[in-house]
Amino acid sequence: MAIRVEHEMHGRRKGRNYGVGVLLIGFIAIVFGLTVVKILQLGEAGEFERFDHVARPQLIPEEGASK
Amino acid sequence: MSDFTANTTPHEASMGDYFALMKPRVMSLVVFTALVGLLVAPVPVHPFIGFVGILCIAVGAGASGALNMWWDADIDARMKRTVGRPIPSGRVQPGEALGIGLALSGFTVILLALAANFFAAFLLAFTIFFYAVIYSMWLKRSTPQNIVIGGAAGAFPPMVGWAVATGGVSIESVLMFALIFMWTPPHFWALALFVKSDYGNAGVPMLTETHGRDATRSHILIYTLLLVPVALGLGLTSIGGPLYMAVAVVMNAWFLKGAYDIWRRDDVACEADKHRTEIKVFKVSLYYLFAHFGALLAEAALRQYGLGGW
Repeated sequence: MAIRVEHEMHGRRKGRNYGVGVLLIGFIAIVFGLTVVKILQLGEAGEFERFDHVARPQLIPEEGASK
Repeated sequence: MSDFTANTTPHEASMGDYFALMKPRVMSLVVFTALVGLLVAPVPVHPFIGFVGILCIAVGAGASGALNMWWDADIDARMKRTVGRPIPSGRVQPGEALGIGLALSGFTVILLALAANFFAAFLLAFTIFFYAVIYSMWLKRSTPQNIVIGGAAGAFPPMVGWAVATGGVSIESVLMFALIFMWTPPHFWALALFVKSDYGNAGVPMLTETHGRDATRSHILIYTLLLVPVALGLGLTSIGGPLYMAVAVVMNAWFLKGAYDIWRRDDVACEADKHRTEIKVFKVSLYYLFAHFGALLAEAALRQYGLGGW
């Protein structure tokens, strides 16, 4: 028995599969868009730098510097 | 012989059938009122966050619609108006509707919390719970006041929209809620007066069946009378103004006249003109809601140019 790549069901469900694809792409676009908007709302890009488990000497306050 | 056996139901659900589960017509009203709630709020919202907020409210409402269709599939099959819905017609399995309803509810509530704030997300979750559980599962089949209390579910969207912008509740958002809440009973009872047999066949205790059509007519007039101060009171808040007030006075007078006309009629008159007045008042009730929320939106737009408001 030959294995057919295309099954009749593929044609029947074509619209549904495209629909799910569009929804997933839309969802990714929403999450990406929200991320961009939320980060830009923080203001100055330099302020995004935060503690990230890597030694960052520039974040350590200098000795004698006022708190 | 095919390579593998797949679902071979003759009416396989299309994307449109799944979309129909979400009651798109109800969703359009939800989108409109929620958008007004969001846009008239005194706090500006980033357009993309506003878009995502409205999308979440719309899909959340759709999810509660899918849960309602799952639960009410038995009575939908007995009513002419609803027999063609995806579940009674066999195009969508009940389990699919339940899965879609639950999944979308969770998705939209979490996304709204991340996009806007936790309070708006909580309010959306409560709205879905109220429509699916309090209204569909509990009130709809047990009391003729189902429309009155259940109407709250449809009244929440402008409050959620307002909460997306402000993160809270205020007298303005409560009055927007109250406007839809008080409007729902006369709107639906006018409908029930001319589609009486449908609800009766399905065993849904509509006021027309349990208390009679005369009592329903009285209820329409009483609720319309109670609606008037709410509609006018909203005009006195920070989101109202002369334009809104003018629209409110005209629309309330029109709706009240319709409710009075219904109250004066009896079944003989209804049969004689094939429920002409009831159908007219039902249509007026639709214009009524759109006019009020449209006027609120117009006031907000005018305020951008230093006009509008008191």
